[in-house]
Amino acid sequence: MSLAPRSPESGSERTPRGSPQDKRANDVQDPFPGDRRFSGELQSRLGGGLAFKLALFILTSTAVIYLVAFLYSYVTLRKEILADVKKDALGVTMVTLGKIDNVLGGIEKVAAFLARDLSGEGRTAAVMIRQMEGLLQANPEIFGVAVAFEPRAFDGRSRYYAPYIHRGPEGLKRILIGGAEYDYFTKDWYQIPRELDRSLWSEPYVHEGEGGDLVATFSVPFYRTAAGERGLAGIVRVDVSLDWLQDIVSRLMPQRQGYSFLISRNGVFVTHPRKEFIMRESVFSLADATQDEELRRIGRHMVWAGKDFVPLTGSAFGRDSWMFYAPLPSIGWSIGLVFPEAELFGNIFELNRVILMIGGVGFLVLLIVIVVISGTITRPLRTLTEKAAEIARGNLDVALPEIRSRDEVGELSRSFENMKGALKEYISNLAETTAAKERIESELKIARAIQMSFLPKKFPPFPERREMDIYATLIPAREVGGDLYDFFLLDGDHLFFSIGDVSGKGVPAALFMAVTKTLMKGMADRDLAPSALLEAVNGELCRENETSMFVTIFCGVLDLKSGRLSCTAAGHPAPLLIRAGKDPEPLVIGQGFLLGALEGVTYRTTEIVLAPGDNLLLYTDGVTEAQNGNREFYGEARLRRVAAVHAAGGTASLVDAVVADVRSFAGDAPQYDDITLLSVVYQGADGDSRRRDR
Amino acid sequence: MHPSVKRLRSDPAHRFPLPFYWVLFVAVAVSLLLVATSGFCAQALKTATFLPQWRPQAQFAGFYTAYEKGLYRKYGIDVTVLRGGPDRPAGAALAARQADFVTLFLSEAVQVRDKGVRLINIGQLMQRSGFLLVAKAGSGIAAPRDLQGRKVSLWTSFQVQPLAFFRKYGIAVKPVVQGETVNLFLRGGVDAASAMWYNEYYTILNSGLNEEDLTTFFLDRHGLNFPEDGIYVLEETFRRDRALCDAFVRASLEGWQYAFDRPEEALDIVMAYVRKANVATNRPHQRWMLARMRDLIGPKDPSVPMGVLPRQDFLTVAEELHRAGLTGGVPSYGEFYVFGPAKP
Repeated sequence: MSLAPRSPESGSERTPRGSPQDKRANDVQDPFPGDRRFSGELQSRLGGGLAFKLALFILTSTAVIYLVAFLYSYVTLRKEILADVKKDALGVTMVTLGKIDNVLGGIEKVAAFLARDLSGEGRTAAVMIRQMEGLLQANPEIFGVAVAFEPRAFDGRSRYYAPYIHRGPEGLKRILIGGAEYDYFTKDWYQIPRELDRSLWSEPYVHEGEGGDLVATFSVPFYRTAAGERGLAGIVRVDVSLDWLQDIVSRLMPQRQGYSFLISRNGVFVTHPRKEFIMRESVFSLADATQDEELRRIGRHMVWAGKDFVPLTGSAFGRDSWMFYAPLPSIGWSIGLVFPEAELFGNIFELNRVILMIGGVGFLVLLIVIVVISGTITRPLRTLTEKAAEIARGNLDVALPEIRSRDEVGELSRSFENMKGALKEYISNLAETTAAKERIESELKIARAIQMSFLPKKFPPFPERREMDIYATLIPAREVGGDLYDFFLLDGDHLFFSIGDVSGKGVPAALFMAVTKTLMKGMADRDLAPSALLEAVNGELCRENETSMFVTIFCGVLDLKSGRLSCTAAGHPAPLLIRAGKDPEPLVIGQGFLLGALEGVTYRTTEIVLAPGDNLLLYTDGVTEAQNGNREFYGEARLRRVAAVHAAGGTASLVDAVVADVRSFAGDAPQYDDITLLSVVYQGADGDSRRRDR
Repeated sequence: MHPSVKRLRSDPAHRFPLPFYWVLFVAVAVSLLLVATSGFCAQALKTATFLPQWRPQAQFAGFYTAYEKGLYRKYGIDVTVLRGGPDRPAGAALAARQADFVTLFLSEAVQVRDKGVRLINIGQLMQRSGFLLVAKAGSGIAAPRDLQGRKVSLWTSFQVQPLAFFRKYGIAVKPVVQGETVNLFLRGGVDAASAMWYNEYYTILNSGLNEEDLTTFFLDRHGLNFPEDGIYVLEETFRRDRALCDAFVRASLEGWQYAFDRPEEALDIVMAYVRKANVATNRPHQRWMLARMRDLIGPKDPSVPMGVLPRQDFLTVAEELHRAGLTGGVPSYGEFYVFGPAKP
C-alpha cells in the first residue's frame, strides 16, 4: 500500500512516488532521500565488520592465551628436562669416573709400590726384571713397564739403562730402551717427573712400538741414598693402553643420542666419535677453527678441572647442544658429554609441533565457526536492513524474511514484522482519517457559504431609507461560527436588529444560530415587545434543545420616526452607546437569562431614545475576549477607546476600525471566538444625520 | 672404388705405387718430428730434488705450493719434493748429495759449512727470527733479569741464540734440555721454555693458556736476530748450473707469494702433505704457522724483495757462533750468500 492517499475523485490507483502531492499529504517521508547507496554499504559493513571483529578479537585473545600457556609449558618442560639431563649426566659420569679412577688409582699404586721397592738396597737386574714381569702379569690393564735409570745410576758406568717389558702379540717382550737414537732423558715421561720431583701422568701419545696404540704413561721417580745423600735414581714408567678408557667413555651414553669425549690436560681429544679428531684436534683448536670465544673459555675451565653443565652456541660441537663436563681427578683429564638439543628436546619439539598444529587447526575451526555464527547473525540483520530501507522508501508490502530462531535476532525480526504491520495499519488509518477530514472540510466550506447567506450582507441594506445607517460584520473563528446578527424592517417605521452568541463554536453552534435566527425572524412582530419575542423564542429553543446549547441575544426595535429604541438583553454584553459628540458608554440595560437554557424565563424591555447621530455599537465577546500572544484580553476599555476615535466616521468605518484594532491586538495569536460587530446610527426622522460639534 | 686402387689390387707389378710411398714418407717424417720435439721439451725440464728440514707443515708451504701450482715446471724444473723429518737431517742429506736443495736455519748452515760441507745460501727466506723464550706471567717473570736463577729449557741444537741473550743481560739460568714437546713447561717443570713463534708458541696457546697469561721475549727484538730458514745448495751444484739454482729460488719465492696471497688454498695443499705423512697437527695450527711465516718472511721494507740476507744478520749469527766456540771461524759473506742471477 502506498503512502499517498487515494484521491476519491481521480480514480487513479496511486500517485507516483515522490510527487508533490505525495510529500505534502504524508507525515512519513523517506528518511534517506538522497542516499540510495545506503543498503549496499551497510551490507558490506555488517557482513565484513561483525565477522571480522569477532574473528579478530576472539582469535587474538585465544591466540594470546594459548601462546602464553604454550610458552609457559615449554619453558617449564625445558627446564625440567635440562635438570633431569644434568642429574642423569652427573650420575652416570660420576659412576664412570669412579670406575676409571679405580683402575688408574690401582695403576698408580702399583707403580708407586715398584718405585718404593726399587728405592731399597741394590737389586740385581734379574730380580728387577722378574718384579716387572710379575707386575705386568698381575695387572692386565698395564701395557708395559720400564725402569729407566739416571746416567750411571744402575751400574756406575752406563749412561742409559732402561729395561722395558711390554705386551706383544706373542707374549711379553723385553727390550732395553735408551741410546743415541732414543735419549729418554729428554722424553716427557722421564723429564717431567724428574724436574717436578713427583709422579704424574703424561699426555696421551702413540706408542713408539709397533701397533700404534694410544697410551698414557704414569711415571714415578725413585730415589737412592748414596754417600749419605738422597738423590734421584731413575723413573719407573708404567704404560697404560687407552683402549679400555676410550671404550668406557664412548659407552657413557647408550640410551641418549649425543656423544661423549675425553680430553687430556692440554685439551687434546683422547676419545671422540670423530676419529680424525683424536690426538690431532683439541677443544682449543676447534674453538680456533670456528672463532668461538665461548668454547675456548669452556675448554680452559675443563682443563682446569672444572665441572659444569653449559649450553653450546658455536658450531664446533654441533649447534644447539648442551654439554656436561667433569674432571678425572687422578689423571687430570676431562670428560665431556654433549647432548644435542634436538635429542634432548626431541620429544617436546615433537609435542610442540603437534600442539601448534592442533592450535593451528583449532584456530581455523574457530575462524570458520566464528564466520558461520556471525553469518547467522549478520545475514538476517543485513536482510532486515535491506527491508528497512525498502520500507523507508515507502514499500510497506515488502516481505520480511521468516526467521524461526528463538534468539535475539529472531526477536528482532519478529518485532520488525510487528512494527511493519503497525506502521501499515497506522498509515492506512491516517489515510482514512485524512480522507474523512478532507471530506468534512469540503462540506464545511459549503456550510460556511450557506451560513453566510443567512446573514444580511448587503450594505447599505436600505439605501432609500435615510433614517438610519447600519453596518455589521461577522468573522467566524472557524469555517462556520456560532455568532449571529440580524436586522430587518418590521414595517415601514420599525427596524428590528439583533446580535447573538451561541455557546460553543463550529457546526453545532452554526446550526443553533440558524435555528435561533429563524425563530426570531419568524416570531418578530411590530406589536411584539422584544422581551416577549425573546420569551417566545426561548420557549421554542428549550423545547427541542437536546444538545443543551444556549445563546445570548441582544435585540432591539427602533422607531424610526421617534428614535425610540426598545431593547432586551438576554445574557449578552450591553452594546456601546455613542451619543453624538460624547464618549462611548455601555448601554444601561438589565440582563435577562440566556436563551435555550430554561423554560419559562421572563425578560424585560428597556426603552431609550436615540438622538440623531447616536451610534449604537453591538458586539459579541469575541471582541472583548480576543487574546494576544501574552494571553491578555482585548477588553472593553480598548473597545471604547477605538469606538471613541472612529464613531464619527460612520458605521462602516467604526466597525472596520474595531476589527482592524482587534486584529492588530491579537497579532499572531489564533482567533478563538467569532468576532461580530453591528453598528447602528440613527439619523433622525428626516434622515438628516447632521453631525453637531464633532 | 677409385680406379687407381682397383688397379693397385689387381696389378702385382704396381703393388706399391708412388702416392703410397709419398704418404709413408710424410708419416715417418711427422712422427720423427714429434718425437724430436717432445724429446726436446723433455730435455728442457731439468730435474732436481728438494728436502725440507722437517716434517711437512706450513713452514714449507711456499715450496709445496710452487710444486702443486706447477711453478717449478714453469721455470723449467722437474722437482721431486722429499719428505723431511728428524730422521733425515737436511744438512747431512745435502752433504751426501741425497738432495739438491734443502732448507736450513742460518746458524745450522754456518756450522755445517764450518764442518767442511761447502754449501751456499741462494735465498734467505726468513728475515726475522721466530725464536722466543716464553714464561708464565704468574711465575713472576716480566723482564729478562727475572730469569736469573730460573730453570729454562733450551734446544740442544739451537741454544746459541738464547745463550747470547742471557749473556747480553748478564743472567745465569739453570738450563734444562728441551725435548720434542712443551709439556715440561706446561706442567711447570721449567719456568721458561724455548719456542718458535710459528710452532711451539701456538701449541702453548692451544693448550688453554691465553696470550695475557704469558710473558714472551722475542729475541730478534732484543738485538739477536738469528734469521732461520734459507735455501741452501752445494757450491758445486751452483757452479754446474747456476740457472737451475736461480730458477729454483725464483719459483720457490713465487710459490711463497702465492701462498701468502691465497692462504686457504695453500693450507689445502699443506694439509694434503700433512695427511699423507700422517703428521699429528691440525688446520688451525697450520693456519697460524702460515700467518707467522708471512710475518717472518715478509721483508720489513716492501721495496726489498724476498730472499735477501742482510749482511748484518749474517754477521750477528756467524760471530755469535764463533764466540760460542761452535765454529772455527767466520765465513765470508760473499762466499756464503749468493742471491739472484749472475750479473752480466
